[in-house]
Amino acid sequence: MEISVTVNGTARTADVEPRMLLAHVIREEFGLTGTHIGCDTTSCGACTVLLDGSPVKSCTMFGVQADGREVTTVEGLSGADGLHPVQAAFQEEHGLQCGYCTPGMMLVGAALLERDPDPTDDAIRWAISGNLCRCTGYMNIVKAIQAAAKTKAEAAQAAAASA
Amino acid sequence: MLPSRFDYHRASSVDEALSLLDQYGEDAKVLAGGQSLIPLMKLRFAAPAHLIDINPISGLDSIEQRDGYLAIGALVRHHQLASSETIAKGYPTLAAAAPQIADPIVRNLGTIGGSLAHADPAGDLGSVTLSMGADVVLRSSSGERTVPIGEFLVDTFTTSITPNELLTEIRVPTPPARSGGSYLKLERKVGDFATVAVAVTLSLEDGTVGNAGIALTGVGLKNIEAAEAAASLRGKDPTDEAFAEAGRLAAAASNPVTDVRGTEAYKRHMVEVYTRRGLAGASAMAAG
Repeated sequence: MEISVTVNGTARTADVEPRMLLAHVIREEFGLTGTHIGCDTTSCGACTVLLDGSPVKSCTMFGVQADGREVTTVEGLSGADGLHPVQAAFQEEHGLQCGYCTPGMMLVGAALLERDPDPTDDAIRWAISGNLCRCTGYMNIVKAIQAAAKTKAEAAQAAAASA
Repeated sequence: MLPSRFDYHRASSVDEALSLLDQYGEDAKVLAGGQSLIPLMKLRFAAPAHLIDINPISGLDSIEQRDGYLAIGALVRHHQLASSETIAKGYPTLAAAAPQIADPIVRNLGTIGGSLAHADPAGDLGSVTLSMGADVVLRSSSGERTVPIGEFLVDTFTTSITPNELLTEIRVPTPPARSGGSYLKLERKVGDFATVAVAVTLSLEDGTVGNAGIALTGVGLKNIEAAEAAASLRGKDPTDEAFAEAGRLAAAASNPVTDVRGTEAYKRHMVEVYTRRGLAGASAMAAG
């Protein structure tokens, strides 16, 4: 079945079998291997992508369901001006160790900050409660998302001041 | 993991879905949020020959206050339940349960209709709707029927829906003014199935208990309505003693099994504790 998906801002098409999961389509058809497949049973959140801006587990959705929709993967976070604030903060705050959960964590963090630019630690912990990390103990992930919120707020202030 | 092969059909209207169900119903499954169905298909516990995707249907995703009840479209996602102001203001049991369903990412896709039609005894919304006396609306090409949730949930993964019917709406009676509700869920971690959960809906009339509904999650072959426990409260003063008695009756109505989440005795005890605690909380809320 032919599908058209906007992936990280670019229109893409693929001919996929209906039983192919979105995670497979992203990795194998679109060649974007930043989307990791972890538990494959809707538990760990490693395969999280944004569907029209909201986090979904791409191992629990068929690729054909993304037809006509917008998908953002971790590759879509950085822009012309470099890393996304959440990516930079994960690097700075040591928000990852093995890196397997990181794409999902960062996408959830980025989506959270769109909705709630100044989240409490508790709100961050709730937001990432569908994503498992077996290395960090979560502390630095929470710190990183907080740091990204601060960076974004400072950038917004600077932009307002220069406008 | 990949599911078995299936033919994928996209329904853009209820009528189209119903005509596809007429054609393929016996060999088809309806795909709503997919958060239970897709894992089952990947594990090959389910292998439908046809999948009817109802996500493109518009109009099944609204929450609407009507005369005497709240109409919730079958495609309303759990995150919509959790963020609805109407629900937060007037439907406390539902408001308490919604943020505890699965995890935040699953809640972005999972639907109320799909969750109820899946009829998992560990499902949260079965107990919530039982405690509130809700109905489900089932449509087929030959008409529509309204079924009380207690008759809809038949057994583990089994409902009274027929192969050519589509669950389109859930109708939750509007609780009277002095009402309260609670959903207490014991889980090992966010996203795990409930070890035990108890839904309580209660109203006060002139200081005594009016209507009460109690339903149990994860402690039997389906969501269990603890009718005797609820009936024991009617007309009683909302005291700790009355709630303790209802807790004992609810525990007696539960039928848990020992598994990785706990022993039978532990789960039964937690039903008693959570019923008592839930009633106290709901009663305090109703008293304002």
